[in-house]
Amino acid sequence: MSFWRNQLSGPTDPAVDAAWQDARPRKGFFTDTSICIGCKACEVACKEWNGVPEDGLDLLGQSYDNTGALGASTWRHVAFVEQTSERIEQARESGRRLVELGMPALRTRDDTSESPSSLPAGGAPPGPSDQGVPDVRWLMASDVCKHCTHAACLDVCPTGALFRTEFGTVVVQDDVCNGCGYCVAACPFGVIERRSGTEGHEKGRQSHGISIGGAGSDGSHQNAPAYAATNGEVKNVGIAQKCTLCYDRLRDDQTPACAQACPTTSIKFGDLEEMRDTARARVAELHQLGHTEARLYGTDEGDGVGGTGSVFLLLDEPEVYGLPPDPRVTTADLPDMFRKAGYAGLAMLGMAAAAFVGRRHP
Amino acid sequence: MAECHPVAYQWVTEARLKGATVIHIDPRFTRTSATADRHVPIRAGSDVVLLGALINYILSNDLYFKEYVVAYTNAATLVNEDFRDTEDLGGLFSGYDDELGNYDLTSWAYATKEGNGKIDDAQEAAEPHGHQQSEKSAGHRYGSGGPPLEHAEVLRDETLQHPRTVFQILKRHYARYTPEMVTEACGISAEDFDYVARAVTRNSGRERTTAFVYAVGWTQHTLGAQFIRTSAIVQLLLGNMGRPGGGIMAMRGHASIQGSTDIPTLYNILPGYLAMPVAGRHDTWDDYIGAIGSKRQKGFWANADTYAVSLLRAWWGKAATAENDWAFDYLPRLSGAHGTYQTTMAMLEDVVEGYFLLGQNPAVGSAHGRMQRQGLSHLKWLVVRDLNMIESATFWKDSPEIATGELRTEDIETEVFFLPAASHVEKAGTFTQTHRMLQWRHQAVQPPGDCRSELHFFHELGVRLRERLAGSTDERDRPLLDLTWDYPLDEHGEIDGEAVLKEINGYHVSGDKAGQLLDSYTEMRADGSTSGGCWIYTGVFGGGVNHAANRKPGREQSPTALEWGWAWPSNRRILYNRASADPEGRPWSERKRYVWWDEESSRWVGEDVPDFPADKAPSYRPEPGVGGPAGLAGDDPFIMQADGKGWLFAPKGMLDGPLPTHYEPQESPVRNPLYAQQSNPARKVFPRKDNLWSPSAGEPGADVYPFVFTTYRLTEHHTAGGMSRWLPYLAELQPEFFCEVSPELAEERGLENGGWATIVSARTAVEARVLVTERMTPLVIGGRTVHQIGLPYHWGVGREAVVSGDAANDLLGVALDPNVQIQESKAGSCDIVPGRRPRGEDLLRLVAEYQSRAGTTTMTGNELRTGQPDSTPDHTGD
Amino acid sequence: MDVKKTFLSWPVVRQATSGDFLGRGPAVTSARTRGLAPRTATADKVVQSVCPYCAVGCGQRVFVKDGQVVQIEGDPDSPVSRGRLCPKGSASEQLVNSPGRQRKALYRRPGGTEWEPIELETAMEMIADRFLESRRRGWQDTDENGRPLRRTMGIAALGGATLDNEENYLIKKLFTAAGAIQIENQARI
Repeated sequence: MSFWRNQLSGPTDPAVDAAWQDARPRKGFFTDTSICIGCKACEVACKEWNGVPEDGLDLLGQSYDNTGALGASTWRHVAFVEQTSERIEQARESGRRLVELGMPALRTRDDTSESPSSLPAGGAPPGPSDQGVPDVRWLMASDVCKHCTHAACLDVCPTGALFRTEFGTVVVQDDVCNGCGYCVAACPFGVIERRSGTEGHEKGRQSHGISIGGAGSDGSHQNAPAYAATNGEVKNVGIAQKCTLCYDRLRDDQTPACAQACPTTSIKFGDLEEMRDTARARVAELHQLGHTEARLYGTDEGDGVGGTGSVFLLLDEPEVYGLPPDPRVTTADLPDMFRKAGYAGLAMLGMAAAAFVGRRHP
Repeated sequence: MAECHPVAYQWVTEARLKGATVIHIDPRFTRTSATADRHVPIRAGSDVVLLGALINYILSNDLYFKEYVVAYTNAATLVNEDFRDTEDLGGLFSGYDDELGNYDLTSWAYATKEGNGKIDDAQEAAEPHGHQQSEKSAGHRYGSGGPPLEHAEVLRDETLQHPRTVFQILKRHYARYTPEMVTEACGISAEDFDYVARAVTRNSGRERTTAFVYAVGWTQHTLGAQFIRTSAIVQLLLGNMGRPGGGIMAMRGHASIQGSTDIPTLYNILPGYLAMPVAGRHDTWDDYIGAIGSKRQKGFWANADTYAVSLLRAWWGKAATAENDWAFDYLPRLSGAHGTYQTTMAMLEDVVEGYFLLGQNPAVGSAHGRMQRQGLSHLKWLVVRDLNMIESATFWKDSPEIATGELRTEDIETEVFFLPAASHVEKAGTFTQTHRMLQWRHQAVQPPGDCRSELHFFHELGVRLRERLAGSTDERDRPLLDLTWDYPLDEHGEIDGEAVLKEINGYHVSGDKAGQLLDSYTEMRADGSTSGGCWIYTGVFGGGVNHAANRKPGREQSPTALEWGWAWPSNRRILYNRASADPEGRPWSERKRYVWWDEESSRWVGEDVPDFPADKAPSYRPEPGVGGPAGLAGDDPFIMQADGKGWLFAPKGMLDGPLPTHYEPQESPVRNPLYAQQSNPARKVFPRKDNLWSPSAGEPGADVYPFVFTTYRLTEHHTAGGMSRWLPYLAELQPEFFCEVSPELAEERGLENGGWATIVSARTAVEARVLVTERMTPLVIGGRTVHQIGLPYHWGVGREAVVSGDAANDLLGVALDPNVQIQESKAGSCDIVPGRRPRGEDLLRLVAEYQSRAGTTTMTGNELRTGQPDSTPDHTGD
Repeated sequence: MDVKKTFLSWPVVRQATSGDFLGRGPAVTSARTRGLAPRTATADKVVQSVCPYCAVGCGQRVFVKDGQVVQIEGDPDSPVSRGRLCPKGSASEQLVNSPGRQRKALYRRPGGTEWEPIELETAMEMIADRFLESRRRGWQDTDENGRPLRRTMGIAALGGATLDNEENYLIKKLFTAAGAIQIENQARI
């Protein structure tokens, strides 16, 4: 029963588990935030490719981030975090403790020397450790759907709208989703969301629902809804939306739009195994340079979601970037429940099939 | 660079991953700083102090690349004994004319064997220097090489010991540019300076090279050209010019801004950096040819006559003959500066009646937006050609001046034509990118609706003008009627861009090869047997092939990628690359080998197209007195310079000094710590009631506008927003005009993050949302704290864009660099207060109240010479 | 209708027959999903172009379907950009196709309060007339010392840094021949 044991937690190959006869090597992203320049090309390239509508014209007052968070109309989100020396010290210290604990991410270089894409030495975040701690640093990180090994959104989807692709990624089928929203509550990362607004071309402004202290209640004239027509017309209103890891492009052996655009290769795309190896090599390299603040996120297959398909190298604790420190798939406790409900489910399945046959017969 | 040229920054990121050190020097901590090894905050406008101190550090510690400096620069050249340095004259060089407010350049000349040598060309020297000379735009004219010298017979002391060598002059000039002075003037700590100086010098020499990269904000100062000159001196001293990994890279901001300088839509030059003729200096063809490139000077500018004749033949074909001096008289003449700001003022005087705006939005993007919009309202007619309904097209109904009541829609008599433009995929043609590379774009689709390319529009306009003038006997219409204007049209009536590119490339028009395209500008002749619209582009269609369309994938060729696009001149990717080899023609080091002399084939070979006569041996020495390319010695790598050398000291060409010297910005919160002379004495000022300035430090009223503001771009937008604020995907990323302030300034002024602030300059006031950020660092300058405020300038007031807002450029006044007539927009003085700005007439009252408190008058800031007992006011600008 | 085929394609049946017992994989894919192909693959043609924003000169691939641009992305062949684009370059498709883009010629008469539509042909005629009138009024044959100027101060232009070399060439050529000298662009701003 090992198949069943690994369906909701622990390491596994999700595409094989989903019974893809022609399962492909699992694909994923490695986002190396230490070389992100915060240009937001990923946000735009994603929207261009996927026809994701504009998501609000408010200045958020959160450094250069006016996107706010991932959501139905934001599938890539670049966070901007400004820190002063005290916090940088803390990040370095908390990272040092992780190193001492021997986190799985911290392999030695020898372990990863076979990695085909290991990075050359030398690159480091600003303020190399031998020069002490800088006065200020500006962290930038592009967030995206994690394409979890154990994806709660998929597991709770009652319509089959969410499915596991042959690449091991998790994709919503717009034409199947009925907008029930179970997935929205299930996602431990707050990624998936139903799209709000009105179908068609937008005329008015959308809002993040985030208000800024000091802004006049009448809004600024900057935001007058003068000409807010988008060519990404608003569609799929009410439907759950998120990153597809450019499923259509993957089927044609193309790189996802965000990774292809990324000027500095902060967003890397490839076979997940290779992505994980690259990530481990990079963090080891940064540690050797004294950047103990560097750490990996999502590479641990023993974590609460069985590891993620999108892995990250961070320079501070995950919370700093708005990421949950210990994500746990909300369906991890389901097996027990599932066994109990199993027979009833199978019975229903049989009835439904009979009904189908009956209906189609004249 | 990460901020405004993110894709180019991939190479910096990759270099850094390989161990390169990246230092970012900028008033603000930007996205570049975030990924650099060190960010060094600097007070806006103090760059010459920092770089001058670097020069001093290099010279004092003997860290210059001696062999390179002696052989390839003018360090050993002796300067005229009449020359006096700023050290001797309180911040001025010899030759300053108090009355005219400009320099006579004669005393800066090289010394010659005859004694006190004259190097000005005969025409220029004969002409009394003065108003006209000071208003020329020298910088752009020399865009492709140095200014002319009469000849290249100079005196040299290769021991560099003679007190009048450039080397010794340089030492004396920068002796007071010390690390302490850097701290005092720039607000940069001694530790930071030491880090920069060590990093740059350690990484230069035979085995290593250092590159300087700047964005063109560096040019936007009243001594902007001298900022770049200073870095050129550093790079020459360190041997970083003409070598891989070295150089000074201008990261230009528009797709073809390099192209629009090479083939200029600029008043002062003709294609290929040939000067526009100036009345009184170039009245005859002989005057003109003598002035643009003496046959007795070294290098390829000595052939300027062949370039000029070929251009005139391209434009006027058979009507350009030897008898009529190649139709030289068809060219209109300049009589001073006719730059964009002078043009705006001419609109206000109702001289300019009609104006074309071609993909440009001056109501938002030019300095002093108020003056720009007022100027537009004086026009009889305006043609706006753009993709989107920009603010410059709608000023008559929604400009800030309508809101204040200064303008009334019904009273504005300007006729406005809005003609939609074709986008980059709807037409075929070339851009010339920042690295001088031409890339051909193939047409993907037809333009929609009424959208048309500029090629189509101007061809059509020309056809119509010529139809209307047909049969005219008026001599002034001859240039239009004789113009070569027969271009093949496709089935959509669009003219064939390749036909135009071929005309630019040039043809043999007579002889055996008549009708064939030129392969190289060296084939051009001054006898009318060749044509060519822009000599530096000759070869782009060499062999009849459009090399701009070359597209061999980068991964299939060497890093130089010579088979992708085509770079002028002659497809060279690094200029002056002869300097990558030592005087004997051997690579300075194996690691940095690039172009070298191959004994076996007796030719220059390497990774690039050698930038040198291909078969001229390193040991070659010309006979004395030989000019032109033949006059170049085998170790004269700077082949466009009149003496073949890199110029540490500019004996000619710079209008505000042969050596960069620190002067304060037009508006500054501090006194010049180096000289009694406060600001650039040769800068161009315009004393006018609509162009008032804040008093600078030490003057009464200076505390009314106590803070420094600097303007800039963001990654998410493009200049004045015409191509970004109309796009929802970009608009949402940076939806509002904001100002960046330090927590200290926020505390001092009661500003809240996310709240509103009003920023007041001596011109106007604007409102912006506030971002309080540790990335802004208050600097201690001369013992007092100087706060800097950052203002991205992408927004404008109007109703058509997806996002709009007050325009930062409205705060700016107009004061110009004398060399290139570019405005100072990177440093200004202002006040900042919490809350939104007043509406309507109240805005004018607020601005007037500030002006009154500061006691500013039209003369404030406009005295060119300061700190001198005989200080006299300037009258040149009005 | 082929009932058997339809039945067998029904998710629940596929769930049972494909081994995808939990209905998380191929069993639940819709016909649309199974037929998914990227529009970069279905385009009629791909055209090599160059980004119109800054001066770096990143290569672009323009995908065209039925005479419309359907996608613009980085050109991996370019040794300048290696297929990458910044946010502006990535938004190029929107620059071309945005409904906010102006596609019709407009005219504002002196003192007018609104735009009026105008035929392109009419506008061209009017502009040509005005060009010659202003050229004439602003004409200067000589300066105060009698030296030739042969120019007009009545007409000026601003722009060129976003245009093609060929376009700048025609502008400079035509203006110079007409005697108009006040031609400028962003390079001096």
